[in-house]
Amino acid sequence: MEKLLQVNQLETQFTKDKEKLKILRGVSFHINKGEVLGLVGESGCGKSLTSLSIMKLFKGTSGEIAGGRIVFKGEDLTHRSEREMRKIRGKQMAMIFQEPMTSLNPVMKIGEQLLEPIRLHLDLNEKQAKEHVIYILKKVGIPRAEEIIYEFPHQLSGGMRQRIMIAMAMSCNPQLLIADEPTTALDVTIQAQILELMKQLQKEEGMSVLLITHDLGVVAEMCDRVAVMYAGRVVEEANVFDLFESPKHPYTKGLIGSVPKIGQRKDKLTSIKGNVPDPSNMPKGCKFAPRCNDAKAICFEEEPNATDLGNGRMCSCWMFEEGRENVYA
Amino acid sequence: MIPILFIVSILIFFFTHLIPGDPARLVAGKDATLEEVNIIRAELGLDKPIWDQYITYMSNLFQGDLGTSLKTGLPVSEMFADRFMPSIYLTFMSMGWALLLGLLIGTLSAVFKNKWPDYLGMVTAVSGISMPGFWLGLILIQIFSVQLGWFPTGGAESWKSYILPSLTLGAGIMSMLARFTRSSLLETLRADFIRTGRAKGLKESVVIPKHALRNSLIPVVTIAGLQFGFLLGGSVVVETVFSFPGMGRLLIDSIAFRDYPVIQAEMLLFSIEFILVNLIVDIMYSMLNPKIRYAS
Repeated sequence: MEKLLQVNQLETQFTKDKEKLKILRGVSFHINKGEVLGLVGESGCGKSLTSLSIMKLFKGTSGEIAGGRIVFKGEDLTHRSEREMRKIRGKQMAMIFQEPMTSLNPVMKIGEQLLEPIRLHLDLNEKQAKEHVIYILKKVGIPRAEEIIYEFPHQLSGGMRQRIMIAMAMSCNPQLLIADEPTTALDVTIQAQILELMKQLQKEEGMSVLLITHDLGVVAEMCDRVAVMYAGRVVEEANVFDLFESPKHPYTKGLIGSVPKIGQRKDKLTSIKGNVPDPSNMPKGCKFAPRCNDAKAICFEEEPNATDLGNGRMCSCWMFEEGRENVYA
Repeated sequence: MIPILFIVSILIFFFTHLIPGDPARLVAGKDATLEEVNIIRAELGLDKPIWDQYITYMSNLFQGDLGTSLKTGLPVSEMFADRFMPSIYLTFMSMGWALLLGLLIGTLSAVFKNKWPDYLGMVTAVSGISMPGFWLGLILIQIFSVQLGWFPTGGAESWKSYILPSLTLGAGIMSMLARFTRSSLLETLRADFIRTGRAKGLKESVVIPKHALRNSLIPVVTIAGLQFGFLLGGSVVVETVFSFPGMGRLLIDSIAFRDYPVIQAEMLLFSIEFILVNLIVDIMYSMLNPKIRYAS
């Protein structure tokens, strides 16, 4: 399968008080054409930052890419200038965010906001652009699209606003859609509708989706493959069936184990003990070791590399590190 | 607006009469006898109970009669005639450039946060707030009128006479607006929809004015409206420094002479101006914020 996006050993850092703090410590994964990749992990593990790094949306922060490569459609984006990135943003890769309430400009009409990327990236005259807006709104299931374009965001519900965001992101037919927790802020019935819409649009357009979520239910529903992130790194990458069937990394096991199952009575929900480590005070060795039930001496000494387990599975754990299996023998 | 003005008129009237000093004595002159002073007091209607005086004042006011100056004997409206417009021009010029420069400095400071335009802008703003108007006025006169000779030292003969007074008058507001614009814009720039704009591929030169600035203007407009009141008050000082023939200086002169009708009329006029400005602010709110527009 052809790779649309390849992220290789990506490192992103912030500067605070002249001190550099690496939040992404070598993130690697890829997305094939027309597939949905789920990026999961706890809050603060760097999921959202990964998506912002891919688009290089660092303006207004001290964030910068400190190492690694982002290859999109065979081209290296790592050293692209702002100017060149602007041609890619909104046109070839688009993004939808967690908070539909605040992601739309409250003082601009819906139509105006939708027109912006269209006028910027597509070669359409005013009338065609407006028709395109209506067309795309109808496509995301907005009723009375002709009237909605003259309304303001506060006149719409959260679900409608997220549909508008999706319409905006889809308006220039991007090859990659990055959805950063698109349903987290919505209530459950609307969540299902939005996910369904995304899935349907993704199939129709054949685009690739990077779906960032911490909801494993959403992953199971939507994704073809999954990358599990922990403390600024991808610790496991697998297709969705393999991942749920036989998680390899202890962290993945913990995540899947902590999902309550219907029909199973328990007094206490399973959880992973401990907390995500503080980026400014990372433990030595494997970052998950302090929370891992299977940790051995080496886990506290050295960080394991990603090991190819075949069938597109990758896992970074000493259990699978080649030639060192004896540690766990 | 009418009830507010009514209450304001009561306050103005009674507070004006609380000013210590006796206008009858001032009109009569230093050497007048008590009898002469009493006659003048009766002529001026100041011997009646204060409620009577208020009712007379109000009934005259409703007939469009602002009263007669105790000092000059001229109708107050006549005294305002050639002083009102210069003061209005001065106020609006001050506000105009305070808004223009305040927004510009504030925006540049926010966009180049912690870089030299920000430092320069904020140093200007802090100086503008801290410098008293009369002092800044004198410095400007010294540099631009006395030494460089670019502008007249006072009067209101040509547009040139307005430059220095309006700069002096607007400096404080300009500085305050610059600071508010900066902090408001910095907050807006952190908003999610700014990121949405950037993710669309928009340039900063579109994101900042089109998306950020308009959302940041709401607190700025509030401050501008409130500060307008200070402009009216500040003009008293500035007009004195620049010997500008406007309402502010007339007010100072009238207070010195306890010229009740002039003081009252002028305070009432200031109140009306202030209320009108706040009305304009409310209208601007609804223009800036569609939520307010649709709620009402």
